[in-house]
Amino acid sequence: MSDALNELATHLEVTRPDCIVSTDIAFDELTATVALGSLLGFAEFIKSDHTCRFSTLVDITAVDHVARERRFDMVYHFLSMYQNQRLRVRVEVREEDMVPSLIPVYPAANWFEREVYDMFGILFSGHPDLRRLLTDYGFRGYPLRKDFPTTGYTEVRYDEVQKRVVYEPVSLVQEYRQFDFMSPWEGADYILPGDDKAEAKS
Amino acid sequence: MMDGTNFDDALTGEQKIRNFNINFGPQHPAAHGVLRLVLELDGEIVERCDPHIGLLHRGTEKLMESRTYLQNLPYFDRLDYVAPMNQEHAWCLAIEKLTGVEVPRRASLIRVLYSEIGRILNHLLNVTTQAMDVGALTPPLWGFEEREKLMVFYERACGARLHAAYFRPGGVHQDLPPALIEDIDAWADQFPSTLDDIDGLLTENRIFKQRNADIGVVTEQDILDWGFSGVMVRGSGLAWDLRRAQPYECYDEFDFQIPVGKNGDCYDRYLVRMQEMRESLKIIKQACEKLRIETGDVLARGKLTPPPRAEMKTSMEALIHHFKLYTEGFHVPEGEVYAAVEAPKGEFGVYLVADGTNRPYRAKIRAPGFLHLQAMDYISKGHQLADVSAIIGTMDVVFGEIDR
Repeated sequence: MSDALNELATHLEVTRPDCIVSTDIAFDELTATVALGSLLGFAEFIKSDHTCRFSTLVDITAVDHVARERRFDMVYHFLSMYQNQRLRVRVEVREEDMVPSLIPVYPAANWFEREVYDMFGILFSGHPDLRRLLTDYGFRGYPLRKDFPTTGYTEVRYDEVQKRVVYEPVSLVQEYRQFDFMSPWEGADYILPGDDKAEAKS
Repeated sequence: MMDGTNFDDALTGEQKIRNFNINFGPQHPAAHGVLRLVLELDGEIVERCDPHIGLLHRGTEKLMESRTYLQNLPYFDRLDYVAPMNQEHAWCLAIEKLTGVEVPRRASLIRVLYSEIGRILNHLLNVTTQAMDVGALTPPLWGFEEREKLMVFYERACGARLHAAYFRPGGVHQDLPPALIEDIDAWADQFPSTLDDIDGLLTENRIFKQRNADIGVVTEQDILDWGFSGVMVRGSGLAWDLRRAQPYECYDEFDFQIPVGKNGDCYDRYLVRMQEMRESLKIIKQACEKLRIETGDVLARGKLTPPPRAEMKTSMEALIHHFKLYTEGFHVPEGEVYAAVEAPKGEFGVYLVADGTNRPYRAKIRAPGFLHLQAMDYISKGHQLADVSAIIGTMDVVFGEIDR
């Protein structure tokens, strides 16, 4: 398995050195990191090239790394039903970057890109219909960003008096429980309540 | 504009024809859940179909980021609630791939057995309710009776009829009692007669054929363009099955055929599903046979899994391990992995990004129905309004997994 992946990796690096930033094989999976500008060309290439033939777009998603300067990773999964191989393509994206839409090459990208826009607020250039997909009509914010609270900002209920559904700011009886299981000597970066020696340590 | 305003520019009566927009759902018996389709109709012909999804969106992926790996497992039951264990399987495979845990053979066999039960659960529901969408009422009644029996097998294995939480990283939660294996085997002997009954009701039924044959034809190019998987692919003649193409678990040692259709229409997909149930029965029989011989542990003992109960009564370490496992959970080494299984509906995948803590940094759930429904506009274009429900039925959409 990994022999074939090695071959594929070298093939990609040799034929498209202009696109590929790096390749990496881990857990029997090949990841190619591609520059944002060459994404569309690279997608066209792996679809038409005979040793690749990545005919199917399996998945598009994003990962939010808040601390990084290029905040988001766009992650594309491709599958070749003919070569029986998979490929992951990763593109690092800044918050304000526009990502080229893959719809001209893979029509299946449509909803995936809508979902990524909905969840992360990443904009796609050339997308014909970039509406929100999963969240409520008129929703604000991008839920899967790490700085979006899991509870959200608004809640919905049916108002008996007004006879309609109303939106209200979230009010919680109890704080949303986010447990921190890291043990204090394993790298917790907060000071335990009542820890007199905290200052001496740091 | 369908409210009749701004409609004075027509010169003759014949020009006063406008396309008609209707809302299909969100509460429609043929929508298989909470699907809202905005249909633009020219007479009875569908011109445009815009699915509005997300009415069942529960934010699973966001919730998963604040829970431990083990706590996340039950969320997978709630994705495709028609065949819950197949989803758990993908999650377990992803974790096992990252941690490098070997699943004991007996657990692997049990997983195969229950994945196939899940496949039959799903196909029974899909075939019979699709028949209901096109006008037949008896098949669902017969099909659900068998589903009930299968859910009892679920219940006897893990205590829950639907939301099983039975597959665990490193194996399965509990061993199957020998009587259960015998009962499943006995059920597999009598099930073909029920299948024959449903077959007799539908396969040569004139109305069923008229409603399904040549409806929603999918070609090879469509499959590639729209990223189809599962029966949507096999119905069009491509023998693509992850169980065979990229074997996971121990599927490579089972003897089964991959049925394929010829025309890629709704009727062929129905036939493929019927035949797949028979193939699943073969796997179930073989798995029962192997389970009788194969005894042993069903969990890979280690950090990922709890210690045996008996050990906890005597060993302090085991007790601490149990406590830590169910509070803190286990840590998964840093890395990213994509694990896919051939779920009854198609390729169900999990893209997991781990950062070395006890919680996933990001988990993306790749549902097959998401891509199938996306192509709704493309496939239903030019069909009659009544065919829309037949196409939704044959695409096998379940909103638990599409909306997540």
